[in-house]
Amino acid sequence: MEHDGMSMWSTFAPALPEMVLAVISMGLLMLGVFFRHRTVELVNTLAVVGLAVVAVLVLMSGSGTVEAFGGVFVVDALARVMKLLVLFATAVAIIMSVQFLRWERIERFEYAVLMLLAALGMMVMISANGLIALYLGLELQSLALYVLAAMNRESGRSSEAGMKYFVLGALASGLMLYGASLIYGFAGATTYAAIAEALKGGENIGVIVGLVFLLAGLAFKISAVPFHMWTPDVYEGAPTPVTAFFSAAPKLAAMAVILRVLYEAFPGVSDQWRQVVVFMAIASMLLAAFAGVVQKNIKRLLAYSSIGHMGFALIGVAAGGPEGLRATVFYLIIYLLLTIGTFAIVIAMRRDGRAVEEIEDFAGLASTNPGMAFGLGAMMFALAGIPWLAGFFAKYFVLVAAIRADLVVLAIIGVLASVVAAFYYLRVVKVMYFDEPKGAVSAMPFELKLVATLSVVFALAYVIWPQPIVQMAQAAIRPLIQ
Amino acid sequence: METLLKLIVFLPLLGAILAGLGGTAVFRYIGSAPPVQDAHDDDDGHHHHHYDGPRWPMLLTTALLMVTAVLSWIAFFDVISGNTYKVVLMEWVRSGEMTASWALRVDTLTAVMLVVVTTVSALVHLYSLGYMSHDPHQPRFFSYLSLFTFAMLMLVTSDNLLQMFFGWEGVGLASYLLIGFWYNRDSANAAAIKAFVVNRVGDFGFALGIFAAFVLFGSIEFDPIFAAAGEMQGKTLTFLGWEVPALELVALLLFMGAMGKSAQFLLHTWLPDAMEGPTPVSALIHAATMVTAGVFLVARMSPVYELAPFTQDVVVVIGAITAFFAATVGLVQNDIKRIIAYSTCSQLGYMFVAMGIGAYGVGMFHLFTHAFFKALLFLGAGSAIHAMSDEQDIWRMGGLKNYIPRTYAMMLIGTLALTGFPFTAGYFSKDAIIEAAFAAHEPLAMTAFWLLVVAALFTSFYSWRLMLVVFHGKPRASRETLARVHESPLVMMLPLYVLALGALFAGWLFKDWFIGAAEAEFWGAALYRAADNDIVQALHHVPAWVVWSPFVMMVIGFSVAVLFYVVKTDLPEKLATALRPLYLFLLNKWYFDELYDWLFVRPAFAFGRLFWKVGDQKIIDGLGPNGVAARVLNLGSITSRLQSGYVYHYAFAMLLGIAGLLTWLMMGG
Repeated sequence: MEHDGMSMWSTFAPALPEMVLAVISMGLLMLGVFFRHRTVELVNTLAVVGLAVVAVLVLMSGSGTVEAFGGVFVVDALARVMKLLVLFATAVAIIMSVQFLRWERIERFEYAVLMLLAALGMMVMISANGLIALYLGLELQSLALYVLAAMNRESGRSSEAGMKYFVLGALASGLMLYGASLIYGFAGATTYAAIAEALKGGENIGVIVGLVFLLAGLAFKISAVPFHMWTPDVYEGAPTPVTAFFSAAPKLAAMAVILRVLYEAFPGVSDQWRQVVVFMAIASMLLAAFAGVVQKNIKRLLAYSSIGHMGFALIGVAAGGPEGLRATVFYLIIYLLLTIGTFAIVIAMRRDGRAVEEIEDFAGLASTNPGMAFGLGAMMFALAGIPWLAGFFAKYFVLVAAIRADLVVLAIIGVLASVVAAFYYLRVVKVMYFDEPKGAVSAMPFELKLVATLSVVFALAYVIWPQPIVQMAQAAIRPLIQ
Repeated sequence: METLLKLIVFLPLLGAILAGLGGTAVFRYIGSAPPVQDAHDDDDGHHHHHYDGPRWPMLLTTALLMVTAVLSWIAFFDVISGNTYKVVLMEWVRSGEMTASWALRVDTLTAVMLVVVTTVSALVHLYSLGYMSHDPHQPRFFSYLSLFTFAMLMLVTSDNLLQMFFGWEGVGLASYLLIGFWYNRDSANAAAIKAFVVNRVGDFGFALGIFAAFVLFGSIEFDPIFAAAGEMQGKTLTFLGWEVPALELVALLLFMGAMGKSAQFLLHTWLPDAMEGPTPVSALIHAATMVTAGVFLVARMSPVYELAPFTQDVVVVIGAITAFFAATVGLVQNDIKRIIAYSTCSQLGYMFVAMGIGAYGVGMFHLFTHAFFKALLFLGAGSAIHAMSDEQDIWRMGGLKNYIPRTYAMMLIGTLALTGFPFTAGYFSKDAIIEAAFAAHEPLAMTAFWLLVVAALFTSFYSWRLMLVVFHGKPRASRETLARVHESPLVMMLPLYVLALGALFAGWLFKDWFIGAAEAEFWGAALYRAADNDIVQALHHVPAWVVWSPFVMMVIGFSVAVLFYVVKTDLPEKLATALRPLYLFLLNKWYFDELYDWLFVRPAFAFGRLFWKVGDQKIIDGLGPNGVAARVLNLGSITSRLQSGYVYHYAFAMLLGIAGLLTWLMMGG
């Protein structure tokens, strides 16, 4: 931290992508305000272009670790990889929304702007190198997401979803903030490195209590049990593209924060937090597996699915070491790509101008819409973790990491939970392929078809060329294991 | 010569494959037009299905077997001139110290089996051309017959226990397939399964015997085993927690296999039921060849058996009991094929007695001659059955000698040979066994001698009973049946003539080689006899009354049969009434089927039902798949009920979670 004599530019340079994104989102906001709703398509297009520009900036931010703003902000490999993924997920979510918003008559330019602001919040979270920056980023993304959940104001369920998410999110933020202040009180520092330094003298019960509160707040974001209760209701109530967004980008960002906090700020008390992580992993996997079995609504089902998957990703966090961390990031990437494709198909599922969300209504899809049925079937198999599909490798690596780390019981529970969970994935396939048809659903719009196709191809063919994603995950965790 | 031996073994396999494929859709119509109807095919109302496929599979297999038989005789004469062969085809198994090759070991013992197997098989193939001419599945039948022949040849030419086991199981498979050839008959399926299951018991022993041999000798090849057998005397092996003499163990376990295959007492129950198969099968497999595999096994392993006196005693006892027991049951049976089946069982007992007392050549001689006259009897019976429109009950026949005189003549020759009429085949071989049993001069062998003599009496009685009831007296069949009675076509009679020649002259022609002056030279190294084993010489020097006793028994048996079934035909009825318990005991085959049913079958079913209903359905399914599935659903509805929809519930859950985690860390962590 030797920025004496450095220019303004070099201080702000690492945060350039964030600043550009902030400017773009405010610019688009003004565009929308001044030119009203005729500009929706323009705003959407510019938003996607803006995200691409920001992604390029992230890519061009060099390599190695750079700190800024007195060490509270860091750009390293983990940040770059995670930011790219978040930007990608956001862009895809916007693309997937276009047609849906038109169908539901909720086209608003604010939608894309809110998405951009949420993405900005996530980027700040990811790059946060201290508790204060973390909280700032977290709140920015949360506030944007609350509004997004309630985007469909005409719908009672959408409003309810936004309301619930807001109240519970506020509670989670409060818990987190309380934890952060405890940590500051006992460790005397807010940046991760300083906290780690302060903990070298020995563990401190106050810090541990603070850490548990902090973790609770973050667990809320990745909807790990027991902080998951909002998930099914919000997933079901929110407009489907928003749900798709919820299940992808924020999870990634929050998991990146968890990795950074645990491995950069609290490596000294890993014995303590590992128990918390293991508990959350087990509880998430089991609860998701059992509760998913009785779900009738595909969005609620996917809510439980995401809870379960986050439980699996936490296995890698608990296992730790290069292998465990890599497995976690790998898991997140695979999950992101699969969940996007799944939602692309679910968003497109409409009959007589109304969204089809009940699993029963997918009956006989294989004979009426064979392409969609095949796609959704492939995604279900992939999410269930059937070999050779992509989802299998995700599960395989975390389980191997757990076994290497002597967390055999955790691995066994994971396998058992995935067996139970396989039931609800396969039930969707069974309904589509073996039940009496209930009539065709309308054809998929081009962009959804494109996203779904790419995702299905990825799920099926990942095994042919597995290297890039493994290398990406490997690169991302490098800062954590040094 | 090596090529010739390979041809002998593999031509039948080739025939089996081609004929088997011939029945499939692809080959079905090759050469099938014009549909061939046999010239001798008169209208026979019992066959509803006619065969309309090509005839070449049947003709091909038969021709190949003919060639094989001729080659076998060539090989036979080559071998007895002093040659032995060992043709290694390819390595089969190499695992650690164990090696086993596909190899053809041909010495005198094998050569004798070769001619027996291929000759009878060729004749049975030929006979079947006529006998099965109406059957819609003929190619399959001939394919099985040839497959059986191949397996049997593998068995007798084997150079190690593993290849022998291959052949052993191969003939078992073919036997199963052929007994159940008419698979739409329940009784045929039941009989096939019974044969297979009972043989499993014996084969289990055989397999254990192979294992024990490997443990003891470190090899399963014959030459190393025979070479090392002498050194192994006195060694022990631990078996089921007992210290047992090693050679005795090997011999006894192998004999268990022999008992199963050769239908010896206790494992005999499958053979009479096996008569459900077509009659040519009974002649080939269940009289002449497969059932003698046990005898062959003991002869082949003679270097081991010679050093296992206890097992030899067991062989004598089992053989003698079988000879006696089967003869008693044969006295009262009413099914023509079952009578002959029990006769076979009984004669196999004779052979084992010879093996047990160390007179291997004598036993093999009886095997050789028996193949001719027993195949003759079966095929003759088949001819009679064929003539009577598939009637098998002797009491519905009667007086047939005027209707089918040639078949009658053939059956007469077979009966004379079986009962040991002077100078027929059985006279030389069977009497030699009885004399050898006497000459052994051991208490056990003496008992066996007396049992065999009595069995000879019974044999004579039931054989003549069959002849008199079936061919003499008044016809008892319905008029329609009698109207259709016809002599069998030439293609069926020809094998009978050839076998009849064997039944008449095989003993006289071959006795010097098998058991006479030239026997040591004839057998060469194929059979091993301990230095003090001079039984074959001794049997020629027994008292005259011993030599005459089988003949006397034959005459008595014949006289009683004439008395019962010609002179005073109400006598059997009266006797049966007077000695009703004994009669029923014999009629029901000493109640073995009932005993086994009670002892094994019912408990097995009861256990099966227990494991199925309670073990599988209640416990495993109940606690396993079904139970778990039900619990998953329960848990699912409980967890989803937690999802009440109320924000304060959710917030409460979060706070509860954090409190729980904190408590855990403070108390436990």
